[in-house]
Amino acid sequence: MYATNYHRPSSIAEAVALQSASNEAKYVSGGMTLIPTMKQRLAAPSDLVDLRHIAELKGISVNASRVRIGAGTTHAEVSASPELAAACPAICHLAAHIGDPHVRHMGTIGGSIANNDPAADYPSAMLALGATIVTNAREIPADDFFTGLFETALEDGDIVVAVTFDMPAKAAYSKFPNPASRYAMTGVFVAKAQDGSVRVAVTGAGANGVFRHAGLEAALSADWSADAAAGVTVDAGDLLSDIHGSAEYRANLVKVMAKRAVAAA
Amino acid sequence: MAKVAMTVNGRKVSRECEDRTLLVHFIRDQLSLTGTHVGCDTSQCGACVVHMDGKAVKSCSILAAQAAGAEILTIEGLAANGELHPVQAAFKANHGLQCGFCTPGMVMSAVDMINRYGARLDEKTVRENLEGNICRCTGYHNIVKAILAAAAEMGAAGRQAAE
Repeated sequence: MYATNYHRPSSIAEAVALQSASNEAKYVSGGMTLIPTMKQRLAAPSDLVDLRHIAELKGISVNASRVRIGAGTTHAEVSASPELAAACPAICHLAAHIGDPHVRHMGTIGGSIANNDPAADYPSAMLALGATIVTNAREIPADDFFTGLFETALEDGDIVVAVTFDMPAKAAYSKFPNPASRYAMTGVFVAKAQDGSVRVAVTGAGANGVFRHAGLEAALSADWSADAAAGVTVDAGDLLSDIHGSAEYRANLVKVMAKRAVAAA
Repeated sequence: MAKVAMTVNGRKVSRECEDRTLLVHFIRDQLSLTGTHVGCDTSQCGACVVHMDGKAVKSCSILAAQAAGAEILTIEGLAANGELHPVQAAFKANHGLQCGFCTPGMVMSAVDMINRYGARLDEKTVRENLEGNICRCTGYHNIVKAILAAAAEMGAAGRQAAE
């Protein structure tokens, strides 16, 4: 790891000031991606601004049907939250299957979506739930937030403060983890909103990162059933091909994971 | 360089170190507590697991500076008054190790899962919660047995692993 300077702010304002004081600074939350990346010398921030001790980023709340999860909430906290288990058990299930218990004690929802790893789990939930990403500067709909591989609509200095979404009528997430890394080879999050509209988001499979699948959304809007998902054609053209699986293999996984998710919802 | 202070195994410690120093190196090199191991060094194997403020974490993926002010528990802090911790005793009784390299991380993970699950801990849950700990010798069977035995010993209604 290259040398870096560590900072520990206690407020968002202080964090932004520290970050803007250096043009090579990075925010770190749980650090479960960033620290290993720095160890490999694939990242070399001059300064690290630690967001773990900022109270404004903590906490889970459910008001009427609106769910809010603070960006600094760990995967372990999401998976064990009674409020979320009542409002949206699918997101607890998703969080409970990220990495391993030790990673879940550190990694946060804000860090995961800000990093937008194409095989991360949370981006699919944000997209399928039609979540809003709240930063210190603005509110960004999930549809506009995830812009490509490791790319988001965040601007330099932006801190993800929280995510909010409406409690779905039904939702579930199913993933096929890579047998070695446990990252999603393909993960599908299906959500039926209270108004009956359906959104389906796919992670781990897209050549350009997380995406919504119009065919699955149309089929499940007409008929919320695993059989309806089974009848959808998934085009391998835009999917990822790598040593772990071909695009055609992932196209089939999209359908199988969608069927399993609908059955579990 | 900055002074990093934390509590390790109940003892307040403070050392000068670079901001890029990993917690595992702080523990091993600065404090000479070498029970915490570096296995893969890529966050996969769990040989470096310690508890930070009561939660199992991978000390090879955390900076010492991030842990400043925290309560750290390492494998050396488990035994009390010369008596093995029940999880350590159960690993010994159930032969839950062969070469022993992964054992400190396994034991720290076991204590963490018993803390979290208590009476709800069963074989399936133990195996799921060993996701972040790799052992290349045992096939895990005796490790699972040891953890369930320890959970039972510690008052959780753990069940013996199926034969």
